[in-house]
Amino acid sequence: MKAIYNRLFGGTTGVVQLGILAAILMIVLPLSLDIFRLNLVGKYLTYAFVALGLVLLWGKAGVLSLGQGVFFGLGGYCMAMFLKLEASDPISTKIQSTPGIPDFMDWNQITQLPAFWMPFKSLPFTLLAVVVVPSIVAFVLGVAMFKRRVGGVYFAIITQALALILSLAIDGNQGYTGGRNGITDLRTLLGWDIRSSHAQYLLYFTTCGLLVLAIVLSQWMLSGKLGKMLLAMRDREDRVRFSGYDVSMFKVFTFCFAAALSGVGGALFVLQVGFISPSLVGIVPSIEMVIFAAVGGRVSLLGAVYGTLLVNTGKSLFSENFPQLWLFAMGGLFIAVVVLFPNGLAGVVELIRKKVSPFLKNLRTSSTLPTSGSTPLPSPDKP
Amino acid sequence: MNAKTDFLLYIEDLGVSFDGFKAVDGLNLYVERNELRVIIGPNGAGKTTVLDMICGKTQPTQGSIRFKDRELVGMAEHQIVRSGVGRKFQTPSIYENLTVFENLEVSYPKGRSVFGSLAFRTTPEVVERIHQVAEQIFLKEALDLEGAFLSHGQKQWLEIGMLLMQEPELLMLDEPVAGMSAPEREKTAELLNRIRKGRSIIIIEHDMEFVSRIADTVTVLHLGKILAEGSMQEIQHNPNVIEVYLGH
Ligand SMILES: Nc1ncnc2c1ncn2[C@@H]1O[C@H](COP(=O)(O)OP(=O)(O)OP(=O)(O)O)[C@@H](O)[C@H]1O
Ligand SMILES: [Mg+2]
Repeated sequence: MKAIYNRLFGGTTGVVQLGILAAILMIVLPLSLDIFRLNLVGKYLTYAFVALGLVLLWGKAGVLSLGQGVFFGLGGYCMAMFLKLEASDPISTKIQSTPGIPDFMDWNQITQLPAFWMPFKSLPFTLLAVVVVPSIVAFVLGVAMFKRRVGGVYFAIITQALALILSLAIDGNQGYTGGRNGITDLRTLLGWDIRSSHAQYLLYFTTCGLLVLAIVLSQWMLSGKLGKMLLAMRDREDRVRFSGYDVSMFKVFTFCFAAALSGVGGALFVLQVGFISPSLVGIVPSIEMVIFAAVGGRVSLLGAVYGTLLVNTGKSLFSENFPQLWLFAMGGLFIAVVVLFPNGLAGVVELIRKKVSPFLKNLRTSSTLPTSGSTPLPSPDKP
Repeated sequence: MNAKTDFLLYIEDLGVSFDGFKAVDGLNLYVERNELRVIIGPNGAGKTTVLDMICGKTQPTQGSIRFKDRELVGMAEHQIVRSGVGRKFQTPSIYENLTVFENLEVSYPKGRSVFGSLAFRTTPEVVERIHQVAEQIFLKEALDLEGAFLSHGQKQWLEIGMLLMQEPELLMLDEPVAGMSAPEREKTAELLNRIRKGRSIIIIEHDMEFVSRIADTVTVLHLGKILAEGSMQEIQHNPNVIEVYLGH
């Protein structure tokens, strides 16, 4: 029991830290922000799923992917396809030349729903696809790359190319994907209006809940033998291999898991924001996600969440006031973090804790000293 | 090729060339069960390369390596390990960021698949085995120490211990006493004589005094070929060997 608790939460410190995060997300923010701002936070939190995956993949397994937007996008598009089909019932689309299909298909002279859209009429299938489709893509790519020992910069470049290819492919096939505009006008989920503030609250809390679950699950994975193997692999990959482990499969698994997390994030994004477009899939968002993880501290699960929230808050404040400067600020921030704080926010917090904790200890001992001094203990030589 | 032999390891006509340079050339090597074989030879003779080929790190360009009558050439590294071949590297390779206990724990041959590792639990049986091995490799007191804090000699022992955890039938050690002090060498010889029971061992070593204390058979490698093979006595009196190796 105790062991399970330690593995899920990382001991008492882990519980406290996770508790603080959960309290900020689920109590402080909902009480202090209006629904518009809260919805914005909810959107940022969907990126945190990607950042969490990057902590596992980049921080823990040592594999940097610059294409995580692909998996975010795949999850998002799966969800969007379901919602779009629901929004395109024959009655609301009766003015189209082919009623019952998404509007952008009709604009592109498509007269029949393409076969790959069909299964997305089912919600259970869609929910499964949100996790499974990104995982399958990651699996195929991962096996192809890691079995050949492609890693480091080459892997980063290939994932980046994938992000480019996917965003161009979506962009170029408007009839099937909605093209550059993406899939828009998503309104209801099984008849439930997802744009009402009631729904937005519920979706926000769902996002928080799933994020906490994702953190706990990741923590559980890392705390066991798998976590040690990832650490060992970063240390001495050859030694792991020649101890009878198929190193590539550990990387493939982590890649798939990170992809699945990103997919969930993408689906939650679509539910909260109401659209998806190729601009969320390509190179820029993929790199931004890496920056979120780097700012938070690429080896810290919680750090990734804080990093994502902070950078995005900064981004929206900045771009409201000085829109042209944001990209420079972002680039500068990234360089500053990499050069000055390679472990990001989590590293800074750790540093402060190390500096402060002996100080606190001093405080505690010095505050107990006078009390023991003022009431001297009866000494044995004075009966 | 069908080798009807009792040899545990049966190497025929093994060779590899790197850009035309033949690092190992037409090597035949037969290791019996329970044998302790030492390979010696001057620097660059190809000793490490032979081990690399046995454990799948380097693909040979010719020849065959049969272990327990199974062909190893072409098998994946982890499969070779799982079939019972353990290998220590020339520079000690341990996990510096894990404790001695954890180093041994991750070497335990269970939970080697991804999902196996998720389900793996450090049972009392595993702990027992770790303590047993730690005792053998003189690191019982250092179980909680991180690998980075071990001395060079202790790292060598730990890596041997990590192999022992896997109970390999063939243990290959590349210069296990390099960089060790005299007392440490003493203890290592003692360790090797203890762990050789029930398995075959191939050791690459330069230290002649050490070799003479442990070897059954010595193979001398020179320029990728076998120069001589025999007991330490025979080797020490072989004029060819004296010329190329012991002479300088
Ligand atoms: N991967 C490789 N690519 C090119 N050349 C190599 C490779 N591996 C080994 N060699 C060369 O093969 C020769 C044999 O090297 P090897 O490491 O097997 O020697 P060794 O007998 O172990 O020497 P030492 O006693 O110095 O460890 C050397 O000349 C080395 O430079
Ligand atoms: Mg060598």
